[in-house]
Amino acid sequence: MENRVILTMRHIDKNFPGVVALSNVDFTLRAGEVHALMGENGAGKSTLIKVLTGVEEFESGEIHIEGREGTIINRSPQEAQANGISTVYQEVNLCPNLSVAENLFIGREPKKAGLIDWKTMNKKSKEILDNLDIDIDVTRTLDNYSIAIQQMIAIARAVDMSAKVLILDEPTSSLDDGEVEKLFVLMRKLKAQGVGIIFVTHFLEQVYEICDRITVLRNGTLVGEYEVEKLPRVQLVAKMMGKDFDDLAAIKKEGVSTVKKDQVVIDAKGLSHTGTIKPFDIEIHKGEVIGLTGLLGSGRSELARAIYGADKADKGELKVNGKKLLVGAPIDAMMAGMGYLPENRKEEGIIADLSVRENIIIALQAKRGMFKLLSRKEQEEFTDKYIDMLQIKTADRETPIKQLSGGNQQKVILGRWLLTDPDFLILDEPTRGIDIGTKTEIQKLVLKFAAEGMAVMFISSEIEEMIRTCSRMAVLRDGMKVGELEEHELDQVNIMKAIAGGDKG
Amino acid sequence: MNKLKKITSYRLFLPLVCLAFVLLLNVIKTPSFFRISVNNGVLYGYIIDVINRASELVILAVGMTLVVAASGGTDISVGAVSALSGAVCCYVLAGGEQSANEYHAPYILGVLAAVAVGLICGAWNGFLVAKMKIQPMVATLILFTAGRGIAQLITDGQMIYVRVDHFKQLGAFIEGIPLPTPVFVAIIVVLLTLLLLKKTALGLYIETVGINAKAARLVGLNSVMIQFLTYTFCGLCSGIAGLIITSRVYSIDANNAGLNMELDAILAVALGGNSLGGGKFSLIGSVIGAYTIQALTTTLYAMSVPADQIPVYKAIVVVIIVSLQSPELMRMWKNFKNRIGVGKKVA
Repeated sequence: MENRVILTMRHIDKNFPGVVALSNVDFTLRAGEVHALMGENGAGKSTLIKVLTGVEEFESGEIHIEGREGTIINRSPQEAQANGISTVYQEVNLCPNLSVAENLFIGREPKKAGLIDWKTMNKKSKEILDNLDIDIDVTRTLDNYSIAIQQMIAIARAVDMSAKVLILDEPTSSLDDGEVEKLFVLMRKLKAQGVGIIFVTHFLEQVYEICDRITVLRNGTLVGEYEVEKLPRVQLVAKMMGKDFDDLAAIKKEGVSTVKKDQVVIDAKGLSHTGTIKPFDIEIHKGEVIGLTGLLGSGRSELARAIYGADKADKGELKVNGKKLLVGAPIDAMMAGMGYLPENRKEEGIIADLSVRENIIIALQAKRGMFKLLSRKEQEEFTDKYIDMLQIKTADRETPIKQLSGGNQQKVILGRWLLTDPDFLILDEPTRGIDIGTKTEIQKLVLKFAAEGMAVMFISSEIEEMIRTCSRMAVLRDGMKVGELEEHELDQVNIMKAIAGGDKG
Repeated sequence: MNKLKKITSYRLFLPLVCLAFVLLLNVIKTPSFFRISVNNGVLYGYIIDVINRASELVILAVGMTLVVAASGGTDISVGAVSALSGAVCCYVLAGGEQSANEYHAPYILGVLAAVAVGLICGAWNGFLVAKMKIQPMVATLILFTAGRGIAQLITDGQMIYVRVDHFKQLGAFIEGIPLPTPVFVAIIVVLLTLLLLKKTALGLYIETVGINAKAARLVGLNSVMIQFLTYTFCGLCSGIAGLIITSRVYSIDANNAGLNMELDAILAVALGGNSLGGGKFSLIGSVIGAYTIQALTTTLYAMSVPADQIPVYKAIVVVIIVSLQSPELMRMWKNFKNRIGVGKKVA
């Protein structure tokens, strides 16, 4: 077992306006290890990575990397790359309108007589992806592929840049189990080659499956560095949360079967959107949490989007509270009492440069119309109410939402929809990339809203989470709704079977 | 120290510094710049000249700011649309003749025609950009080139004169009022627009659409309509500017009226500290930017720089001002300081 230290960070300090992001943090990475970086939302994981890769500056401290004399300061991701540090971020940071090959080789295109050598580039790209068992056309533009594939291309790119240190920031949050396994195979291969991998994740199972060491951060400070075998899960969770772990199982709801199925909120018949979701029927009742499950690309999100009008349904009929509704644009759905938290928070959820306040009130303001401006006082009251209720960690209500951590951004968007007081709320992957503490909070909130009579549509890739929260599930496969599971049928085996198909879901 | 930091982080700090910088040039080079004299009951002086001459630019910058904020693109047709509006106004008032010594139609009809032309042109641009999803620069290029051509068609390729004293008032003085009329028009346009932005949710809508159109749609905003409205509004501003331009010279020269003003208007938005990529904006910033540009032009005249050399000096100053506001330059400067600091420590 190699134990050569290849990267050390010492006494790193970093402040954002009004918030201490990192204070005196140390981090050590050895060659040939997978090192988990763990912590709750806002613990400083992403900031530490950004500091290391030159996306953000840090105020004090030093970084050493093997092969360079003295301390290094990366002023840009390019410099970090030159120093042997490559990163794949939580959200895909590639260019959707360039081809897969271009994305793989952007900034380092193979040249021939000063011009880009397309033939070589496409050939090499194909080879790189073949090595990872990704079989796609490298000449098509990136936006033709799902987030999962895009993520894997981003990883392929980072891997190919012969990095000494590879940082994977939440790489698995948008991959399904098979894809995660493929990634792990690749990670083990790189490990054997002596690459040091920093693995940022929220999935405990994955940490215990692949990692050698764990560094835990909390509120911008270092809690400690541990060897995986010597740190049981419960203790890890306790260290991350800094308190006794509120067991997830404890939120298991009671008496959900009291849901009366008399009041139908949403009644869709033959609704479809060409190319994404085939005609489906669905009935959703007051006070129930309906889960949509299926593999990535099975049409989970697309079904929800067709109801909400995010993708305008081109066939079928939708009744809301018994009244026929033609949804031409999301505003029509909103006026009928719907809300929609989209899957892709960065692209479709947050309005990055606007403040937390503006992000919260925007949906209600849109509903009221242009000429009925909410007074500043009302806006501030609403904002404070939801910052308080959802425990959003922000320096101020006027802080731009982009400065918040991912989980807190998600809470702001949740607040945005709660403020509109919806009868029917669609939550598409509301807990993706969010720490366990916040996940539990969001699940509890969902159950609470349902108990108060809201109908909720819940979409998640984590089956345990679905089982805990949902009172009924619709199963999708290949763009088609293939079945439903009632509450008493909800367990892992049944769901897996239904998703996989074969003996009919 | 803390107070200083608060002042420098104020959004309009840099645009104001730039304006001060241009004015400071004058304190040194042309002290007479700030002298104001009274002649025949009206005020004269370089400063008055600046705020008078800047009026059209201020009005165009207001429209341009909203267009940039909502669509992340620019409307390059504003100069041509001003000329077209002016041409239609003169044509209506002169009753189709080349030179008129009295109105051939009520004055208000001429004004309404000009404003209507502006609105129609703006709506056309808005339709192309918002509905047809054509790149703003390309979409507005159509009227940029065709606008003056249409104006030539209307004026039959000739200049049209409206030699009526009443017609000159909009671009000069109204009896008994010591300040030039365009100043008031500009102020009214700015105030009404501010009111519209503050008293309705339009400002918030525009920023939201400009920052993230996809998210804007999902929270129930009609991005197409909002972008369309900003272009239409920009057209309206062009129409009003066109009225002032023609009134100043009581005629229309379709080839030269408002020539190159689209560039100054875009520059005013940028000088005001606004991102040309859209999103968050400051209307007052653009207004300050517009006055800065005019102050610069007038300054150069005051220093008796020949008219055809002015663009060179203007370009130099603009480069300086824009660099001052560039975050990239700030970063480079900070890094440079750090490097020197590190070097010292090691030594």
